Amino acid sequence: MSQRYDRGSVEDFGRWTEFSAGMWAWVFHKFTGWVLVGYLFAHIAVLSTAIEGAATYNATLQGLESLLVVRVMEVGLLAVAVFHILNGMRLLLVDLGVGLEAQDKSFYASLVLTGAITVASVPTFLAGLGGG
Amino acid sequence: MARHYSSFDRRGWRWLLQRVTAAFLVVVLAFHFFLLHFVHHAADITFAGTRFRMSNLGYFATMWLFLVTATFHGVNGVYNALVNQGIAGTQKRVAQVVLVAAGALLVVQGTRVAVAMAGISI
Repeated sequence: MSQRYDRGSVEDFGRWTEFSAGMWAWVFHKFTGWVLVGYLFAHIAVLSTAIEGAATYNATLQGLESLLVVRVMEVGLLAVAVFHILNGMRLLLVDLGVGLEAQDKSFYASLVLTGAITVASVPTFLAGLGGG
Repeated sequence: MARHYSSFDRRGWRWLLQRVTAAFLVVVLAFHFFLLHFVHHAADITFAGTRFRMSNLGYFATMWLFLVTATFHGVNGVYNALVNQGIAGTQKRVAQVVLVAAGALLVVQGTRVAVAMAGISI
């Protein structure tokens, strides 16, 4: 027999100190989703320079890639994408009936893996900056 | 503790499509990031390299499907988030119209970009 436990509303962010792991997973998944959909529109806007031709496309991409702030934002984008992918796999599995009893552990694993992959990728994202 | 939990909604095709696109995007988003940041560094991307990749029919089709599925998943996700926040009535209708229009525009513009990258003349 199932039992219900009322954790309260996750939308009531004022009580964030009481949030459980699953509620943080919900908040992070939503936040990373907003970032990714915003980026998708910006990404297509930048790539639209391809319609103008090779010179505009190359100058735009190389101009952006020469900026430190863009490289740092790319690392942030990777972190956001990796977390959304890993937590998304966790959600798909739970919907298939797998791993609900370990949903808090799989959330922590998603966070740790995201951190590790992000830190390990920093040298790759900063390579060649400043003509080096 | 519930023995089984699923957010499955029998009434909604959007519920299923959100998960089908998620399964596709998990693989293709990881591939996209790996190819264009780790195999080829973003700073080294040139139009010639982009055209070479996009001239491959399988790559072109994968990237176009990536555009369509990511747009649906993202726009539907925003709609779900807004409904979750409690929008209803006119607000809900406006959100539907704006999001469908934004998604359609993104797919049209993304397709124009893909065609230009591949050098296809229509």
